[in-house]
Amino acid sequence: MSEQPPSNRSRTGSPDRGSAAGGAAAASRPRTEQAPDSAEVSGTRVWFRARLKGGAGRNIGLVIALAVICAFGVATAGERFASVDNVMTILRLAAVIGVLSVGMTFVITGGGIDLSIGAVLGLASVWATTLATQTMAQDGHWIVMVVTALVVGTAAGLVNGLLVAYGRVVPFIATLAMMVSARGLAEMIANRQTQIVKVKPFLDFFQADVLGISVLVWIFVAVAAAGWVVLNRTTFGRRTIAVGGNPEAARLAGIKVKRHTLYLYALAGLTAGIAAVMMLARTTAGSSTHGQLYELDAIAAVVVGGTLLIGGRGTIVGTVFGVLIFSTLTNVFTQNNLSISAQAVAKGVIIVVAVLLQQRFAARARAS
Amino acid sequence: MVDDAQQEAEQPEHPVPPDPALLLRMTGIIKHFPGAKALDGVDLEIRSGEVHCLLGQNGAGKSTLIKVLAGAHRPDAGEILWCGRPLTVTTPVAALRAGIATMYQELDVVEGLTVAENVFLGHELATGGFTQRRAARARARELLERLGHSEISPDLEVAQLSAAGKQVVSMARALSHDVRLIVMDEPTAVLDSGEVDNLFRVVRELTASGVAVVYISHRLEEIRRVGDRITVLKDGRTVGTSLSVSETPTDDLIRLMTGRTVAHAFPQRGAVADDAAELLTVEGLGLRGVFSDVSFSVRAGEVVGLVGLVGSGRSEILETVYGARRAGAGVVKVRGRALRPGSVDAAVGAGIGLAPEERKSQGLLLDEPVYRNITLATFAAFARASFLDEPAERVAATAQIDALDLRPADPDRSTRTLSGGNQQKAMLARWLVRGCRILLLDEPTRGVDVGARAEIYALIAELAARGTAVVVVSSEIDEVLGLADRVHVVSEGRVVHSCDADQIDEHGVLDLVMEGSAG
Repeated sequence: MSEQPPSNRSRTGSPDRGSAAGGAAAASRPRTEQAPDSAEVSGTRVWFRARLKGGAGRNIGLVIALAVICAFGVATAGERFASVDNVMTILRLAAVIGVLSVGMTFVITGGGIDLSIGAVLGLASVWATTLATQTMAQDGHWIVMVVTALVVGTAAGLVNGLLVAYGRVVPFIATLAMMVSARGLAEMIANRQTQIVKVKPFLDFFQADVLGISVLVWIFVAVAAAGWVVLNRTTFGRRTIAVGGNPEAARLAGIKVKRHTLYLYALAGLTAGIAAVMMLARTTAGSSTHGQLYELDAIAAVVVGGTLLIGGRGTIVGTVFGVLIFSTLTNVFTQNNLSISAQAVAKGVIIVVAVLLQQRFAARARAS
Repeated sequence: MVDDAQQEAEQPEHPVPPDPALLLRMTGIIKHFPGAKALDGVDLEIRSGEVHCLLGQNGAGKSTLIKVLAGAHRPDAGEILWCGRPLTVTTPVAALRAGIATMYQELDVVEGLTVAENVFLGHELATGGFTQRRAARARARELLERLGHSEISPDLEVAQLSAAGKQVVSMARALSHDVRLIVMDEPTAVLDSGEVDNLFRVVRELTASGVAVVYISHRLEEIRRVGDRITVLKDGRTVGTSLSVSETPTDDLIRLMTGRTVAHAFPQRGAVADDAAELLTVEGLGLRGVFSDVSFSVRAGEVVGLVGLVGSGRSEILETVYGARRAGAGVVKVRGRALRPGSVDAAVGAGIGLAPEERKSQGLLLDEPVYRNITLATFAAFARASFLDEPAERVAATAQIDALDLRPADPDRSTRTLSGGNQQKAMLARWLVRGCRILLLDEPTRGVDVGARAEIYALIAELAARGTAVVVVSSEIDEVLGLADRVHVVSEGRVVHSCDADQIDEHGVLDLVMEGSAG
């Protein structure tokens, strides 16, 4: 029948303005480099207005959350927090989860979920650092390791996609199975050993700085920017929104829903492969324990960012904000020597508060 | 014809003040949903101890009405008198307390609990927080006996019961409250004929003890067997009130359900040219267990109608032609070339467009802007190297919005906020953007306001005049007869009659439909 409960969703006609990368950098830099306290507040306000006019009004809850955490960081840790070095540390920590979260944004926008990306990251990191792979990399080129990680990640994603799209297995279950078995396979391959990366050029490349910023951060920026373009400017993105918003309508409009679903999981697997490479660079080792619970961090970042968990609406800018919020929080807690447990509680509170704020602003946008 | 039926049927047209048996009176009930008026002035009168049937097509407002009665929806306007006093129920629990129980179509039992636990779900017999299981079992057994199902053990897990058994449990739950009115929404949909007999026996026992039953069903023969009076809904309005079951002919009932409340002038169209090319050919199409051996063809500029009752297979035929269902037999040809079966993609590629029956759940992305719904099938064609060309999409969509007079003429507006008629225009616009030559329209005016229907009709006529081949499916017989050049009557999954639209009238169609479904 015709009853449709009023929805919480609202959508402005135009997609996110401003590039995700620009938004991400702008979000953390001006504030952290500014002088503390009162100047901070009014500066922030001006910055808010500019963002609002720029069409990012629905991200305001995220901006507030990030600003509060930054203000708290400045108040408690002062210079230690608001230093260029520390900002770089935050970004470097954000990079791996950030790349995963971009892939997760696509899967969730398309109406699915992927619990396996953390485990797939672990598997890819192990596969790329086996003796065989590293020998090949040493004899040939370090790119072999990168290709291995990306292929392993994408292949795992394809398996997920096949199960979900063609096997009609519920995404939660299909990717849960992949999570468990990818982790197990990684342990078998690595024999529960940590595999040190011995290919020096690989580390040299990924541990370098370009323009004073870590290559890892640049990778995150590139992946987020590419994700934004794909989601908002390409047919792939439009199909993702259609498939997630109303799969039956998409199918009856001639969109190949199953094939697209397959692509979405493959894409998430690919981002897990990229994240595995970054993890290798950061830790200089492959391990079957890499990426544990990263899938939950990614889901939290995506949802806090404003992507609808039931699909049909996704925002890469929001996801980037979500990632920054959590990594900044972690940093502030570490700076203050607070326990990981307290941090977990704060994370939970932030998830709830951010979602409540999102709903409030969405309702206001709908009313106007 | 509405008046005829009412005059024939209503002996007590003056039961106004002193009707001691009057249990419930709803007057002028109005309920809006965003973009649609679900109820637009419904009246309903129910007496104690009667079986009052609620008739109407899908979308007529029956479900909304019973949800208002059950406290699940709040009406925007109107009055409800219950036992002579105004009633406002805002929650299902309040409705139960007042004595109104509802058995929904989807059985609302918890499979993992026992029969007794289900019967007392939400009002468990308990002292100090501890359930009194023995008392509950005993009471449940009494209720089951009263319903003639003493063979169902109160300790059985509900998951192990048949659909009919679950329905009995649902009914026992209704009776476990002190109810005076039970609403049954299509209770026989899940039952076989023996179970139906038993249900009717129970219904009669209930009414004998003074409980009133509101009975909703599509099946007229059931209503004949069990009902006392009938109220007919159409387009959210009451079109026949408290008709006597025994004295109202079936013809009149169907006419009330399907007929027009407002007479429409259907646009005049010239005859299809004799040399018009045959665009769509359907040969021997079949879908196991749903329909078989369906053949028809549509020429350029021709409108072909499929008419039949709900469940006759008419919608499934359209969906199979479109490739949304995979045909078990037969072939669909476009301009003589066979389409790959079961492929929407192939159909769309060949220039076929479908406006599905359930516009909201099958057709539209409600939270997306209008222009993106209009270009949902074509955005890839506008794109360059996979990069969307949104300005071009907006221009094309705006052109269609203007051509179809879609209001408000704002391509960026959220599709959810449009009225039913304008949502339908957006659906049509989707296929016109790419210059579709074959349009399949399933219930094109379902949920469309009466005023906006004429516009849709004019649009269909204009499309045909420009050489589009159109297939229309509708349960509104006069709509099909008014629009189509040729008509195929579908009954029980078969085409039982084909003829030119001007060679048959509503009566003729009804006779064929009923003949077919009698067997």
